[in-house]
Amino acid sequence: MAAVLALTAVGLNLVFGVMRVVNVAHGEFFMLGAIGAWFVTQYLPVPAAMAWIAALVIAPLAVGAIAALADVTVLKRLKYDPEATIVATIGLLYIFQQAALSFYGPDARPVAPPFHLRLQLPWFGYSGYKLFVVVAAAVILLGVWLMMTRTRAGLVMRATQVDRETARNFGIDVDRVYAGTFALGAALAAAAAVLIVPIQQAHYLMGHDPLLLSFIVVIIGGLGSLRGTLVAALIIGLSDGVISMFFSPTLAKIIATLAVALVLVFRPQGLFGAKE
Amino acid sequence: MTGGARIWALHLALVAVLFAALFVLPTYHATNLARIMVLAVFAMGYNLAFGYTGLLSLGHAMFFAAGMFAMGLPTWHWGWGGGPALLLGLVAGGAMAGAVGLLALRTAGVSFMIVTLMFAQAGYLTILYFGQVTGGDEGFVVEAAARSLFGFDLSSDVPRYLAALALFATALAGCLWLVRSPFGRVMVAMRENEERSRMLGYDPFRVKLAALVISGLYAGAAGAAYGLLFGYVGGSFATIQYSILPLLYVLLGGAGTVLGPFLGALAMFYLIDITSGFTSAWLFFVGAALVLLILFAPKGILGTIRERGARWLP
Amino acid sequence: MAALMQTEGLVRHFGGLRAVDGVDFRLEPGEIHALIGPNGAGKTTFVSLLSGRLPVQAGRITLAGQDITRLPAHARVRAGIAYTFQITSIYPRLTVFDNVALAVQSRGAADIAAGVAEALGRVGLTGLDAQEAGTLSYGHQRLLEVAMGLALKPRVLILDEPTQGLAAGEIEGFKALIRSLVPDTTILLIEHNMDVVMDLADRITVLNFGRVLAVGTPDAVRADPGVQDAYLGGHHAAG
Repeated sequence: MAAVLALTAVGLNLVFGVMRVVNVAHGEFFMLGAIGAWFVTQYLPVPAAMAWIAALVIAPLAVGAIAALADVTVLKRLKYDPEATIVATIGLLYIFQQAALSFYGPDARPVAPPFHLRLQLPWFGYSGYKLFVVVAAAVILLGVWLMMTRTRAGLVMRATQVDRETARNFGIDVDRVYAGTFALGAALAAAAAVLIVPIQQAHYLMGHDPLLLSFIVVIIGGLGSLRGTLVAALIIGLSDGVISMFFSPTLAKIIATLAVALVLVFRPQGLFGAKE
Repeated sequence: MTGGARIWALHLALVAVLFAALFVLPTYHATNLARIMVLAVFAMGYNLAFGYTGLLSLGHAMFFAAGMFAMGLPTWHWGWGGGPALLLGLVAGGAMAGAVGLLALRTAGVSFMIVTLMFAQAGYLTILYFGQVTGGDEGFVVEAAARSLFGFDLSSDVPRYLAALALFATALAGCLWLVRSPFGRVMVAMRENEERSRMLGYDPFRVKLAALVISGLYAGAAGAAYGLLFGYVGGSFATIQYSILPLLYVLLGGAGTVLGPFLGALAMFYLIDITSGFTSAWLFFVGAALVLLILFAPKGILGTIRERGARWLP
Repeated sequence: MAALMQTEGLVRHFGGLRAVDGVDFRLEPGEIHALIGPNGAGKTTFVSLLSGRLPVQAGRITLAGQDITRLPAHARVRAGIAYTFQITSIYPRLTVFDNVALAVQSRGAADIAAGVAEALGRVGLTGLDAQEAGTLSYGHQRLLEVAMGLALKPRVLILDEPTQGLAAGEIEGFKALIRSLVPDTTILLIEHNMDVVMDLADRITVLNFGRVLAVGTPDAVRADPGVQDAYLGGHHAAG
């Protein structure tokens, strides 16, 4: 759970870090990834495992494409004005959510996991799939980190993050970078969803919780700081389970949301973020 | 000042038209209009904070709900009458806004939006958590005995409409007066150039807090009235949707105009009414409306009209 | 004669840069005082400390004997310090009337219209009330900002490079305006235009690298060898 949360949150953080945009519709990209996975596994006439792997590739690409489209048609026209983009992404949230409702229906539907494996450890049996999820998420995150720090594309993204104007003067097509970043952020969320959907089910409202949690993670960890996001995701992902054992989930959520608000008020840079 | 008289006349005319509408419209539309008027009061309050002072809050549902529950709970548990409960709702909205503002106004811009959103979420979850007292998501029906004001039964159409109209007219007058007052000028100044305003001797924190509290008073009154007039109090009014709706009304009608919120509420209400008639995904149109508005007409109906020639419109 | 405004050992640095490095300063009531120095000498930083836009890191500021070091900017305005920005900062989307009215309201005048008319009259912008401030010419926008400062009826008016971008004729008008303001108002101005400085100022303070290099009458400062080396380059031609 924490791993998937980390993946989703990193996507959100990336978008904010590079583009300085808060994407409220991020949870919907997650949801679209899950639903995309369902569609792929339903309609692709191959065995379940292969279909799922195909979904892991296709869904993020599709969602990323949708995101890029949204960026180009909407966000770019708004010149990425922070308040206007939030309002626009709220609109997008409803659009995606309700479109899913229309085409997918209001039910929650399961997606078959690619394999069933139970590991028998001395203390408790643990679903092999869940371990696989953690590993897969870690691999993807590692890939993202490598991309950001080693490749030219990553360098370009980081340059644009530091100073948009200077990057433009160096010939970097900032609009393309933004579209790509937005798409990448969405794709990460979608990938996270594809990973988790065999455990949960695909439902058109499932974007709500990941959105809130990603927000919490990103803000507490520090907007723009990758390391902070990872640490916060770990803390929150694990503590969510712990707190839910002692308090009701509602109370846990209340504490979490208040924590986000108070962090923003008193320590806006979160745990690791740099002071602006 | 003839300009001032003309402006007041225009707003009075609207109230007069709405009054006349009661006798002309079929009951279904008249009741809708009553709802719209109360929601317009909510939107007007939001407009004071957002349109005039530049505070984009995503948490106004909590002020609306505070008013609604401050009205509903005393009538349900302690048998309060409608009038006092309404007043309590008004005060609750303002008090909530003040408390939240003290914290949230230490941030600005995007952070402010997120903080208000988070507080509102926490508020909604608290209503759920104390579900036995508040009725949670299901809500509760307001006592019939409480639903009367000065002897008029608010559950019947005509008194209900008139009560809504009275609230609307008062709110409208208050808004118009405030906006044209020196303080109204200061609110706008804070939005237009905060640093300059500070260097003219205005304390940004105090001005914004005042604007937010006034906004909360409006929202609380609207919430209390909505519950009292339509007989139902529920947690669903504290969800994000009810923070988005006033934003939508204001954007559509024209942020920073006095009549904009009403126009926006009217248009949006009927848009939702019509679309929910043929699809359960009517929120789609809400979302689409938001996106289209912010892209192509961020000034809204009246805002664009004002820009194009009617500069005198407040 | 007690100083109207005084600083002792004022310090402000940004990271490694010591922008204001222990400045003692006196402003006498009713005078026109100019603050000059090369670019980066710390003039705007110093004045930001005086007006409250930047917090002080060490030292004291007093206004008429009252310690205002910890007073926030808007309170200092209420106490009688007005500041006009180096880059004109007005309300472009509001009318000229509204712009000045905000200042008049701030000092608590009962008759706003009269206060606005008076302020506009002093700077020569009468009749432009209804115009949108952003559509004014640059020179007029600067005058509008001065009008706003005047409408506050301050004790100290701080002007940050007020003649920058003005045409020659406008500068003459500006000098006359400033002379008409004293001794009721005390003027502190940052200026690079040496003609204006020498013509207007009663006294000059020269800053360099965040420290006071010289203080005195225009003639004394002009003759000061340290100032000549650092700034005036030996002549008194405009910088």
